[in-house]
Amino acid sequence: MYSQALNTATGHADTSEAGTRFQTRVDAEERIEPNDWMPEAYRRTLIRQISQHAHSEIVGMLPEGNWITRAPTLRRKAALLAKVQDEGGHGLYLYAAAETLGVTREELVEQLLAGRAKYSSIFNYPTLSWADIGTIGWLVDGAAIMNQIPLCRCSYGPYARAMIRICKEESFHQRQGFEIVTILARGSAEQKAMVQDALNRWWWPSLMMFGPSDSQSQHSDASMRWKIKRFTNDALRQKFVDATVPQGHYLGLTFPDPALRYNEATGHWEFGAIDWEEFRRVLAGDGPCNRERLAARRRAHDDGAWVREAALAFAAKQGVARQREAA
Amino acid sequence: MAERSTPLWEVFIRARTGLAHRHVGSVHAADATMALQAARDVYTRRGEGLSIWVVPSVAITASDPSDKDMLFEPAASKIYRHPTFYEVPDEVDNM
Repeated sequence: MYSQALNTATGHADTSEAGTRFQTRVDAEERIEPNDWMPEAYRRTLIRQISQHAHSEIVGMLPEGNWITRAPTLRRKAALLAKVQDEGGHGLYLYAAAETLGVTREELVEQLLAGRAKYSSIFNYPTLSWADIGTIGWLVDGAAIMNQIPLCRCSYGPYARAMIRICKEESFHQRQGFEIVTILARGSAEQKAMVQDALNRWWWPSLMMFGPSDSQSQHSDASMRWKIKRFTNDALRQKFVDATVPQGHYLGLTFPDPALRYNEATGHWEFGAIDWEEFRRVLAGDGPCNRERLAARRRAHDDGAWVREAALAFAAKQGVARQREAA
Repeated sequence: MAERSTPLWEVFIRARTGLAHRHVGSVHAADATMALQAARDVYTRRGEGLSIWVVPSVAITASDPSDKDMLFEPAASKIYRHPTFYEVPDEVDNM
């Protein structure tokens, strides 16, 4: 899954000699590596963005994990387990990438658990039916892929490399979701109603995943200048709508947007106004599941404390034993 | 009480026999056995490898990127280390 476009980097152009050299390297599409000189604001922006992305992967395991035991067939259960395991792996690649910028894993986890770090607003919505699992794969992972493919060319090497790996693994996620949605859309009247209901609930939150509209962004976007970001939020959102609407229509589903219409002239699907008030509310911690998600993460962390402690104590003991042998 | 941090390990994977191990990422683990296990779970979910190395990150000594010119420029100026520096008559064909 993925990090929301929440970050508007505020760094001003660094006109120092080092800053100019850095920008020249970025402009030449050179990758910046961990020990290279970089502006502090670039480092801070990346730590924030990569860690939010990592947190999103980790929290993103919760809404889907909710359905593992209730998947309708063994095939679906195996696929869902593999998908959730992938999300965990993606979180770990990303934490590792963030750590190359000089922050520790413990600090990052602590920021999430203390509620000081953001994660994608989409994971604060509940998964009420099995159709939600299909819809998440189709829409949420679909939106994720749109956003993540350009990140594979991000100027920061470790982030770009993590994204390449993630994108390769992600395409099965969207396809398994669409398969679930397809089967339901071609099923009984109840199944059709279930999948339509899921689409009605997930459509707008999925569009919000691309982050605030470009017109809302008051800062000149340093992320674009630094080539962390390649496309604007609105451009990516439009691309997603254009790709997804025909897929839904193909299945005979309707989108919960009366303003949705195809513009022959531009070749794009036009859509209605997004409720940014809801977006801000969910992001600020007041979505349907924010408290539940954080509580689940805290519980998992606390319950695992003795394991981490025991593993370290065991490693220390083994170290002492080896030293004695060597002596 | 602040938690003690779990050591970091760099992970190297050999994708196929005949290839060298290649750096793929890192994991946190209390000891080498757990690092191997974590590396397997995190980096080989799709048949990426036949062999894994894990190395404590603190054991790696890296060159400083700002020394790049000093370290590698001498190689650039020694063009006589490359076969194309030498002239071989056309009649001799491949050498």
